[in-house]
Amino acid sequence: MSATPVSPDGAHADGEPHGHGDTHNHGSMRTYLIGFALSVVLTAIPFWLVMTDALGDPTATAAAVVIMAVVQVLVHTMCFLHVNTQSEGGWTLLAYLFTGIILLITIAGSLWIMHHLNSNMMPGLMSGQPSSLP
Amino acid sequence: MFSATEPASVSEPSTTSAIFGRLSWDSIPFHEPILLGTFIVVAVLGIGILAAVTKYRLWGWLWREWLTSVDHKKIGIMYLILGIVMLLRGFADALMMRAQQAIAVGGEQGYLDAHHYDQIFSAHGTIMIFFVAIPLVVGITNYVMPLQIGARDVAFPFLNSLSLWLTVAGAGLVMISLFVGEFTTAGWLNYVPVANIENSPGTGPDYYLWALQIAGLGTTLSAINMVTTVIKMRAPGMTMMKMPVFTWTALCSNVLAVAIFPALTGAFALLMLDRYVGTNFFTNDLGGNAMMYWNLVWIWGHPEVYVLILPVFGIYSEITSTFSGKRLFGYSSMVYATVVITILSYLVWLHHFFTMGSGASVNSFFGIATMVIAIPTGAKIFNWLFTMYRGSIRFELPMMWVVAFMLTFTVGGMTGVLLAVPPADFVLHNSLFLVAHFHNVIIGGVVFGLFAGMIYWFPKAFGFKLDPWWGKVGFWGWVIGYWVAWTPIYIVGLMGTTRRVRHFDDPSMQIWFVIAAIGALIILIGILGFIMSIVMGIVKRKELADTTGDPWDGRTLEWATASPPPSYNFAFTPVVQDLDAWYDMKKRGHQRPTGGYRPIHMPRNTGTGVILAGIAGVLGFAMIWYIWWLAAVSAVALFVVAIGHTFNYNRDFYIDAADVERDERERDRLAAAEA
Repeated sequence: MSATPVSPDGAHADGEPHGHGDTHNHGSMRTYLIGFALSVVLTAIPFWLVMTDALGDPTATAAAVVIMAVVQVLVHTMCFLHVNTQSEGGWTLLAYLFTGIILLITIAGSLWIMHHLNSNMMPGLMSGQPSSLP
Repeated sequence: MFSATEPASVSEPSTTSAIFGRLSWDSIPFHEPILLGTFIVVAVLGIGILAAVTKYRLWGWLWREWLTSVDHKKIGIMYLILGIVMLLRGFADALMMRAQQAIAVGGEQGYLDAHHYDQIFSAHGTIMIFFVAIPLVVGITNYVMPLQIGARDVAFPFLNSLSLWLTVAGAGLVMISLFVGEFTTAGWLNYVPVANIENSPGTGPDYYLWALQIAGLGTTLSAINMVTTVIKMRAPGMTMMKMPVFTWTALCSNVLAVAIFPALTGAFALLMLDRYVGTNFFTNDLGGNAMMYWNLVWIWGHPEVYVLILPVFGIYSEITSTFSGKRLFGYSSMVYATVVITILSYLVWLHHFFTMGSGASVNSFFGIATMVIAIPTGAKIFNWLFTMYRGSIRFELPMMWVVAFMLTFTVGGMTGVLLAVPPADFVLHNSLFLVAHFHNVIIGGVVFGLFAGMIYWFPKAFGFKLDPWWGKVGFWGWVIGYWVAWTPIYIVGLMGTTRRVRHFDDPSMQIWFVIAAIGALIILIGILGFIMSIVMGIVKRKELADTTGDPWDGRTLEWATASPPPSYNFAFTPVVQDLDAWYDMKKRGHQRPTGGYRPIHMPRNTGTGVILAGIAGVLGFAMIWYIWWLAAVSAVALFVVAIGHTFNYNRDFYIDAADVERDERERDRLAAAEA
């Protein structure tokens, strides 16, 4: 939508006209171009890995794709969303850390839960999984 | 064409036309007398309201003053109206279930067939959480929080309007499903495998998914808006640890909402792909796993109950402090307890499916994490009790609700700790004991608090109090009705009765369900009492009027301005010195400035929010019914209108200093006339 976090289109608490030229870090053409180039590269590599099967091992390919995706997220937040340790008095960094914790809990928790579920509830069906049942 | 022998399940997608998709005359449930009767009543009432609006020429006023408004106060009130209207719908579902279970024992089959009954319990849960609890919580937050922090509006006023109307569009789709097609039969979270396409080929799960995706988008945007508002727009001097407790809880609740709603949206999006394009995320084939859906929706679902209860804890804190005439006991421990609950609530979701079979290690972790949440929650209860201790308590209506909450909620919390023990949960899982537990915490916690909040802040919003006699009828109806309705359900649940059942063989069970049905009728008295307290409040608004802006001897900044507040909230932004800023200002003999007004910068109204949400609703309807051309047209329209709005630079204006002065003089005149 039109409202972006860096330029509130609303009323300001002090009643002063701010316009939209706030003093936030909007980045420069250079950071956008660097971000764009990195994004393209980081998107092309996973495609290349999957299409040519260059690593020869599906698990290794999947791991490489996930790593590229995480790096891509970091590139986007730094180059396009201008997250750094100083912006907004540290609030963006705090939000970033919170998001990281939440993501970690969600992903690690889900993997843990579903792994145990698979090994407990599908003995014999899941090849290569440990089973506690005879 | 509409013979009575038709199967109960309507809208099987036998044929799909290019123009109407799978929508046909068969989609309208003419063969269901209950639905037909409801439809006739709704149609007559609706036409009556539309005719009245036309007759009194109110369309222009409605559009200019309300539908296009970006004023956080009006948006808050509209959220509350939506929540109360949907409460009536959800409660009608509850009465139907109670009646069915009270009748359908032994040889008696009751009046609802299984397909209809399944839709009713699914709709009841969906509506009560997504379209009653969330709109009421968001509405109160929207109204009160910006006033408490001394702001003129929220950070993104247009986004606020869009959020509201997206929620309304979602609610509209759920209501339409009553009369066109069917609603899901897969429970309030639309569980797979029932909601998979091969088990539910009808429109029910699609109605659910589209309604909640649209409404969920609104809730997410609203949460982003509220977080930004609290962080960026506090009055000068209001540091984080000088924020009112309600603002703190609203902040934590909305941070949580921002974090969790994407998980729900993602889970629903994957289920949509399963249903529309034949993927296998949640099927039993090709590596799909139905339990992954449960995992994802409960990653949303458990924090969601804290999204609802945290702001309500804030409401209780404000009311306890005000009506005890004391500063809140343990403010900082209250803040830390809120933050701890925010984090912990994210670590407990598996307790909703202990029986899924993840094993002892996983179950122990989540069981212990669940029990740990009781500690900060218990700390809050003690803080409220110590606030009341040696306070000069005024037992006005909001305070009565607080006391009822503490007694009721504590029982619900204790049954929750019982359910958190995995071995006990293996006995109680999917039983009516569980159902009684979560109604205990949601009615006794969230609903009681929402009523307390609505009664407490009503004079702020409208300038007069609600009628106290009818308010007490509402209070006792809810409190007595709750206990009469849910104690028997606890008992049969402990004996092993499962939930979502429309017929019982054992005739000895009937008495418990009859008692529960009587309890539901007493709650009906409570609901009617609340509505009557609004009606009689309006009738007697002269004698119940408040011209001071501070009818309860309040402590926080919202009571520093007029009731109802002017559109700009405060002529001068208050400067905060202390926690309980308004109490501090009163103590220091604060006088309102009488001159030197300056123009005030305000956001301009826009109809874009209503229009975008309306198109989103059409898009949802078209996708539900496979009307592909309409879906394509509305999707394009959404983009065009959204992008078009970014070229609208006429977004703000200034209120003249003279107008501000006139408003403030008028307030002084009213206050003087009263004195």
